[in-house]
Amino acid sequence: MSAVALVALVRDPIDVGVLLAAVANDAMGATTLFLGTVRDVNDGRAVSGIEYSGYEPMAEREMHAIATEAAMRWAPARVAIVHRLGTLSLGEASVAIAVAHPRRAPAMDAQRYVIEELKRRVPIWKLEHYVDGTREWVDPTRQPREPGAGIGNGNAASGVASGVTTEAAT
Amino acid sequence: MRIKVLLFASYADAIGSPSVELELPEDATVADLVRQLRSAPGAAHLPARPLVAIDQAYARPEQRVAGATEIAVIPPVAGG
Repeated sequence: MSAVALVALVRDPIDVGVLLAAVANDAMGATTLFLGTVRDVNDGRAVSGIEYSGYEPMAEREMHAIATEAAMRWAPARVAIVHRLGTLSLGEASVAIAVAHPRRAPAMDAQRYVIEELKRRVPIWKLEHYVDGTREWVDPTRQPREPGAGIGNGNAASGVASGVTTEAAT
Repeated sequence: MRIKVLLFASYADAIGSPSVELELPEDATVADLVRQLRSAPGAAHLPARPLVAIDQAYARPEQRVAGATEIAVIPPVAGG
């Protein structure tokens, strides 16, 4: 049984139940669920939605590689990653990650690894749509517009989490 | 040799196409390909060392491009 439970790019809303079911088995005492969702303000600008596109075959390949790395490093973790493409509204989930492990600490560590590597390596891009009608490609390597404003670092889909893992939403 | 290069997101917008064809010497490297791409119309603002993938794996600047099935120049990624 592969420890990579599920890797997929989808265009419809993400069904988190599918991820949870994919990683579940009776040996697992802890399951984390991370959702990245579209945030209303990025870099000081009011966002109305985000259009996600990807180099799809390579994105799937990198997501699979990351899931495999996490599953091996935190064995016997089971990992599921689903990323959505297309145009998303505020509050919609662009990415979902589920990790199951017999113990909570490795489950959380593996999940953190998966989202950080996904943001670093997976060839997916965001075209932000702003309330004022303009659009711009998000470039996380660029300096924020208002340094020190405390609004974020160029990623509109932030770590707004639900389920077992929780990060503060702005 | 004639090489087709896939472009995405801001790079495709800048050059006005999702792909370009370049004429390169047989011993060309990724760095050579990037240098030539940056001389294309609209491509001057591309970084000197963008991410490049050969056959869907990230490639080093000194890597040869001959024999590749698919080459892509990849803007800063922003998934999640």
